Amino acid sequence: MAQEKSGNHGLGRTATDVEIRAWNIDIAPTGEGLPPGRGTVQEGRQVFAQKCAKCHGQTGVEGPMDRLVGGHGTLKTDRPIKTLGSYWPYATTLYDYIRRAMPFTTPQSLTPDEVYSVVAWLLYQNKIIPEDAVMDATTLPAVQMPNRQGFVPDPRPDVPKR
Amino acid sequence: MSQKPTLSRRTFLTAASLAGLAAAQAMLQPLQAQTPDAPTVPEDPTKVPGAPPSAYGQRSSFEQAQRLAGSSSSLTPLQDLHGIVTPASLHFERHHNGVPLIDPARHRLLIHGLVERPMIFTMDELKRFPAVSRLAFIECSGNSAGEWHEPGGQTAQQTQGLISSSEWTGVLLAIVLREVGMKPDATWMLAEGADAAAMTRSIPLAPALEEALLCYAQNGEALRPEQGYPLRLLIPGWEGNVCIKWLRRLKLGAAPFMTREETSHYTDLMPNGTARQFTLVMEAKSVITSPSGGQQIRPGFVEIRGLAWSGRGRVTQVEVSTDGGETWRKAQLQKPVLAKCHTRFRFPWRWNGQEAILQSRCADETGYVQPSRQALVAVRGLHSIYHNNAIQSWKVSRDGAVHNVHV
Ligand code: HEC
Repeated sequence: MAQEKSGNHGLGRTATDVEIRAWNIDIAPTGEGLPPGRGTVQEGRQVFAQKCAKCHGQTGVEGPMDRLVGGHGTLKTDRPIKTLGSYWPYATTLYDYIRRAMPFTTPQSLTPDEVYSVVAWLLYQNKIIPEDAVMDATTLPAVQMPNRQGFVPDPRPDVPKR
Repeated sequence: MSQKPTLSRRTFLTAASLAGLAAAQAMLQPLQAQTPDAPTVPEDPTKVPGAPPSAYGQRSSFEQAQRLAGSSSSLTPLQDLHGIVTPASLHFERHHNGVPLIDPARHRLLIHGLVERPMIFTMDELKRFPAVSRLAFIECSGNSAGEWHEPGGQTAQQTQGLISSSEWTGVLLAIVLREVGMKPDATWMLAEGADAAAMTRSIPLAPALEEALLCYAQNGEALRPEQGYPLRLLIPGWEGNVCIKWLRRLKLGAAPFMTREETSHYTDLMPNGTARQFTLVMEAKSVITSPSGGQQIRPGFVEIRGLAWSGRGRVTQVEVSTDGGETWRKAQLQKPVLAKCHTRFRFPWRWNGQEAILQSRCADETGYVQPSRQALVAVRGLHSIYHNNAIQSWKVSRDGAVHNVHV
């Protein structure tokens, strides 16, 4: 059938809301996509100790895997330390990434409250939110990350020819 | 080392017999002749019938080129390859939480967000769309990341091995997006994989629509699992990480989604502390693959061979220097020269046994010329990790050994 005008090859089918909801796990910087739930720094401390510390260290600094805490003010130096605290522009990315990819060996196993709380603890460890802060779908997108203004568009080609 | 050639097994058995295991060897050898994967090499292959046909071919057991695998990536042995196509078995790998095992009959692609009709496609349906094939390179933007400070790798595989070229077949992204209907305010697309990293990148829609492919085949057969089986996104010329493997979801939006892989990673930190974001294009680059680090040459005729490529289009010229960049001469380009694909170059040389520094420098159809390391570092400093496309230098010492150096 000549259906080229509408670009319609008659392939595929309409996705249901249930199907979309099951896979639609990304979180935008606006907070769009954040689920109901909440988490505190105190709760996050426990989640981190149980489920994250063996790879990222007791305080999020020691590793052996990616360092998650510190590095503030190092980006211009000879030894830049890029962490979620010193480098990441959006707090929402933390929710998105931890929910989709962590813990590394059991990804997508945390409840929304566990993700909110471990995010709260990591932001607190990085001195970005106070110890009594509560993270939820409203407060998390409002968190101002220190390096929010640190990113620029791609200017390449940038190297002058000889 | 799964492909131990027959000869080394025989060598091993000989050594074992020397150690006083002659009886054991006598028992092993007739058995070995019957094992299909360890045939005895005949003195004269014209005097004995050869092997029968097979269902799925293997390379000669004498060939040993292999990827160099780390925990989450493996490198293509560029120094061992010919022409421009990378065998699928040797295509570099980079994955962020392993290679998933996916049944294509159960795999689905969901397209939603700023579309007229959110839709789901099966693999069979995607294969029924009009198909296209094209050759293209995929390069990880972390290729040569270990070469910024000092010479890091010994071989071309170690210094530049995160690049490969293949013939890719699939359906144009633009055709499938027409099927769902893009809303006018859709400017970005989130692409997500079905791996344990649920790898996710935001892609600016307008430039991607020109050439992006939803691929299901590589070099004539189904994609390899390491390359995204059963479905991967290919955006020719852009960094490998956006060519999402095991693709299961596309979501159109009005702004970038700011995933971890476009904020924490795959951003380029500059000396002033700012970082470049969405540095997607892979700029022109070349490397001499032979003679290259770890190899040994002899005086006399040596054909210098290498690969050049540009994410902005065709390679128009490759120049070779044998004196560390003092003088440059044009190399010959093997046709066809294809946009956003490996281009093979060759340069005839006579080595006189003196120290030499071999370099290649390419230019592309936009007029861009591959920079020296100094010129690149002068602009970007030493901490940007990604997009190191500097000229590679190989030093030939008097004994014919070739080493990675910075000049
Ligand atoms: C089994 C080891 C392991 C465990 C357990 C683990 N992680 Fe990770 N984590 C990793 C690895 C490996 C990476 C790097 C992955 C990559 O680069 O693809 C990582 C990366 C991260 C990052 C990104 C760091 C950056 O700067 O980009 C965050 C944030 C993170 N993990 C948080 C967590 C949290 C929170 C938990 C507990 C709920 C956790 N991880 C548990 C291994 C682990």
